[in-house]
Amino acid sequence: MEFWLARTVRMAFTLFVVVTLTFVVLRTSYDPVVAMLGPDATNREIELFRERWNLDKSLIEQYLTYIGNALRGDFGNSFRDGRPVFEVIAERFPYTLWLGGVSYLFAVLIGIPAGILAALYRGSIFDRAIMVVSVVGFALPNFFLGILMILLFALIWQVLPSSGASSWEHVIMPAFALGLTLAGILARFTRSAMLEVLSKTYMLAAQAKGVRPARRALFHALPNAALSVVTIMGLILGNLVAGTVVVETVFAWPGIGRLLVSAISSKDLAVVQALVFVIAAAMVLINLAVDLSYRMLDPRTRRST
Amino acid sequence: MMSRINPITAVAATFLVIVAVLAILGPYAAPHDPYQQNLLSRLTGPAWTEEGSAEFLLGTDRLGRDLLSRLIVGLQMSVGVALLGTTIGAVVGTAVGFVSGHFEGWVDDALMMIVDIQLSLPFILIALTLLAFFGNSLALFILLMGMFGWETYARLTRGLVLSAKRQAYSAAIVSLGATSARLYGRHILPNIASALIVQLTLTVPAIILLETALSFLGLGVQPPNTSLGQILGEGRDYLGSAWWIAVFPGFLIFAITLSVGVVGDALRDRFDPTLKTRRT
Repeated sequence: MEFWLARTVRMAFTLFVVVTLTFVVLRTSYDPVVAMLGPDATNREIELFRERWNLDKSLIEQYLTYIGNALRGDFGNSFRDGRPVFEVIAERFPYTLWLGGVSYLFAVLIGIPAGILAALYRGSIFDRAIMVVSVVGFALPNFFLGILMILLFALIWQVLPSSGASSWEHVIMPAFALGLTLAGILARFTRSAMLEVLSKTYMLAAQAKGVRPARRALFHALPNAALSVVTIMGLILGNLVAGTVVVETVFAWPGIGRLLVSAISSKDLAVVQALVFVIAAAMVLINLAVDLSYRMLDPRTRRST
Repeated sequence: MMSRINPITAVAATFLVIVAVLAILGPYAAPHDPYQQNLLSRLTGPAWTEEGSAEFLLGTDRLGRDLLSRLIVGLQMSVGVALLGTTIGAVVGTAVGFVSGHFEGWVDDALMMIVDIQLSLPFILIALTLLAFFGNSLALFILLMGMFGWETYARLTRGLVLSAKRQAYSAAIVSLGATSARLYGRHILPNIASALIVQLTLTVPAIILLETALSFLGLGVQPPNTSLGQILGEGRDYLGSAWWIAVFPGFLIFAITLSVGVVGDALRDRFDPTLKTRRT
């Protein structure tokens, strides 16, 4: 119980800090009026704009209104087209979920089995190949991988569309660009987690009892290695979120990552604030989910608190 | 025991030395003026292609500037920003770790809470928010890169300081009358230096990737300055007509991060005592 209380307080605190910092940074660093209306705006226009977006109030007042509205899920309207921010984000969110989901699935379905096999056949050519791909996947910037794929598959061989999101074919390249690094990280960690477990004496005991290799790997080693693998599965979600910002821009994918980049370029404060909040909230929930699954998988952590 | 150097490590290390020399020489190593526009030879291909010319080894960009020369100047920027950013992050983070480990109590709690908050968010999110609104002068951009990774050093140093403080040698030094500053600077820091160096080899490629990604998005290094990511970003619009503008800087970034990773692995094997007994 205490665990949950502590976690919830910390979560709320993190979000509060994020919201406050974004507010302070965004509102004190520059004047949105100049950015939105341009240098030619008349005084009357500026005044109206300020009133319209409450920019004429004091910073404290603006902050309190902002927090109050945020708590009710109201992030105001986009400075650019006047539509509610919530609506703008809700429209883009399914695309990010779709791209992120496919990439994550790809990473998990490829990375984990590859890591398990690499550990079981340690030192084999397969093991080395997996490790090389994983190192390359880590060093290759996802935006460059994306560019290379566009060049080869869209421009030279013309087998896949280079941008947009109108069919399932559109998701292949961005999902691969996003998922390869994650699959590499997962494969690496799964491999070392498995190797650690395989060296334990209970594995030797299982072998001595005559348990068959496949059964040993799946029912004796894997559940014990699962702990560290699940932790990494949670941690790479952070990479996934960071990657979408870049990869969505490369492939002109209409998700929230690209929305964030374009909102920043056009200085659409309301949208940026809301997106930062939404992404931060998602990250905090992901971290919580990792902790939770950790406690479910490992009975020892449950007893210790 | 000195083990034989792996040939892959040797190749990676040699490549990094070349990169370092080019980065130090910068414009002096460039065959052409990297900023000289030459509209008659815009989008010239690399010398070995049909549309190429012997004058420009790797071709030219949309303004007819020599790509090889721009890559060298961009390399100087990317490597310079990465090294400066890494240094700032390492120094600040290590200092925070010492403070946290020294005072413990609420100071420690407060500092570690900041660390936790930063760790719970993808750094690119923090970077994008700050960059877009504070504008991006080069100095600010480097400071921003310095904000990356400090929390890892802070955590690492704090843990190491806490355990070193409880070692007998610390007690002996303190009872001989050494001040805390002397204890940390002269005795504990050398003891934890190898762990910090190992961490450095992980931060440098991460910052290179971060800088290039941000510059690629057009939110990092701004023209007239240039970096590898910025050249790659410009080349993106000319993929169909001039693939070389995007492809060469991309491979250069890849080769650098890969080499730093390979050399870092080798250093880790040599420096990290915990890996000596169980290597996987």
